[in-house]
Amino acid sequence: MSAAEPTTRAPGSPGAGAVAAPGAGHGWSGTGRFFRSELRLIFGRRRNQAGMAVLAAFPVIIAIATRIDPPTGGGGEADFFASITGNGFFVALAALSVEIGLFLPVAVAAIAGDSVAGEANLGTLRYLLTVPVSRNRLLAVKYAAIVVFALAVTLLVAVVGLVAGLVLFGGGPVTLLSGNQVGFGEGLLRLLAVCGYLTVGLSALGALGLFVSTLTEQPMGAIIANTILVVASQVLNAIPQLDWLHPYLLTHYWLNFAELLRDPVAFEALRPGLLSAAAYIVIFISAAWARFAGRDVTS
Amino acid sequence: MSQSPVDAPRRAPGVSWAAELAVQSRGLTKRFGRQVAVDAVDLAVPRGAVYGFLGPNGSGKTTTIRMLLGLVRPTAGTHALLGTEMPEGAARVLPRIGALVEGPAFHPYLSGAENLRRLDAADPTADPRTAAARIGAALDRVGLAAAAGKRYRTYSLGMRQRLALAAAILAPRELLILDEPTNGLDPQGTREVRALLTSLAAEGATVLLSTHLLSEVEQICTDVGVMHRGRLVAQAPLAELRASAAPRARVETDRPAEAARVLRELGLTDVAEAARETTGLLGPVPPEKVVAALVHAAVPVRGFAVAAPDLEELFVSLTGEGFDVSG
Repeated sequence: MSAAEPTTRAPGSPGAGAVAAPGAGHGWSGTGRFFRSELRLIFGRRRNQAGMAVLAAFPVIIAIATRIDPPTGGGGEADFFASITGNGFFVALAALSVEIGLFLPVAVAAIAGDSVAGEANLGTLRYLLTVPVSRNRLLAVKYAAIVVFALAVTLLVAVVGLVAGLVLFGGGPVTLLSGNQVGFGEGLLRLLAVCGYLTVGLSALGALGLFVSTLTEQPMGAIIANTILVVASQVLNAIPQLDWLHPYLLTHYWLNFAELLRDPVAFEALRPGLLSAAAYIVIFISAAWARFAGRDVTS
Repeated sequence: MSQSPVDAPRRAPGVSWAAELAVQSRGLTKRFGRQVAVDAVDLAVPRGAVYGFLGPNGSGKTTTIRMLLGLVRPTAGTHALLGTEMPEGAARVLPRIGALVEGPAFHPYLSGAENLRRLDAADPTADPRTAAARIGAALDRVGLAAAAGKRYRTYSLGMRQRLALAAAILAPRELLILDEPTNGLDPQGTREVRALLTSLAAEGATVLLSTHLLSEVEQICTDVGVMHRGRLVAQAPLAELRASAAPRARVETDRPAEAARVLRELGLTDVAEAARETTGLLGPVPPEKVVAALVHAAVPVRGFAVAAPDLEELFVSLTGEGFDVSG
């Protein structure tokens, strides 16, 4: 291979003249390939696979524990655990309601914290930027991969819960929180909507985490900072005296996903959560861009 | 959107960049706080050259290279790569440049080939259909074909350095900017890398090679730029520098003042007196004439010598410091 011969170029690579390749002038073409590479990096990494295995274990544990020792008496209105014995469908919802409290956000916090800081720490950031990957494109691909990861782990918990529940308790028409029944198919659609709502919330965390990740070259520091922010939000949200603060907290609206299990669906109750997430995403993606666009990369 | 958002500190309107220079900078400066890491560097790397960017560790070579590639924003100054102003033209010009900056860096849990695949995937100008062939050829060329499937974490330092070189030649390049490419290599690996660089240059690529090894410059470079404490203290074709290493006459005598007077009368320059010797730059004056004049003036000559400094002495005189001449 004549690696340095400017005239013998691979098809699709730019000519030496002013008429550069179509892709060269617009940094977004070919982004799909980079994005797929990013997903392979996240989902192919053993550490992340182990984390996903832990996430997937909880629905199974919930299902088995409930099978061995069924809960007696009804819990609160949104107590999915009490409904499990009647319909395995509720294992998925019970698992999501438990894991959204800590495990799902921690998983997203870890991926987001590692996204830029991890590359900076390895030194691969400087090589990506000289490929060149423009800084905008790098942030866009990193964030898109975080969102895909959030959706994937949410669906993972739901699907594993669904399968474990159906195996141990069987399925059937789903009794909603409002008391009426819908068919199993519509139940599945509502479960999918729940996953979507939770993914939006986790994507807000992902934006915050991406910003934190641009602040440091230490991925563990960014991961720990992101985890602390999530836990702090949960703790503050549990202090009634701080109710004026609650609407601004990242995690405040996440459990509102139960509104999707009423008939008719209380969309009004979902709106503040979606607006809050959108605000978080806009603010922290902008902050990440402002921080990263002009930063000297000395790692 | 495609350009690196690291803005040029000031855009000098109407500056033109010489097409025959692969790398050109004007007043390139970087301050970190109050410390000046790079001070008004005017690089001029001719196309086709193997340019030795020589300087002791900490002299500002790596920061200069980071500025050239758009990783670090200059405090002042402008520069162009392959005639294209940076960082505005980064998206257009960087795909034609291979770089090795401050040592290899890859994902430890991916194999060598997978790491190259990721870099290739990140390049919007790279053709995915030729990726496998180009990756194979690059690994082959640096002698890593056998280890292509092994995880990077199991690579030795020399193999890591080779993988970084493979990444730099993953696509056809017109310019290679290589920071200490033989660092960590054993003598055999060093020879192989130097041979690789020479053959790349023979194929038409310009090579900017930073190094703290004078021997590396002497063996493979056509041009040299010498960095010292953030400043570019010399820059010239190597042959020109060698020619300018002017011969100096040295007279051993116990009457140095009289010897100095004779030398000055003959037209020698930079005449210096010491306790028991006098030296001066010969210039066009033939040495035998100096000896005759000294004898004629009855200056007692105990010894006479003419010496041209070698490159190392030359650089020491430029920087006031020695270079590591091993390797």
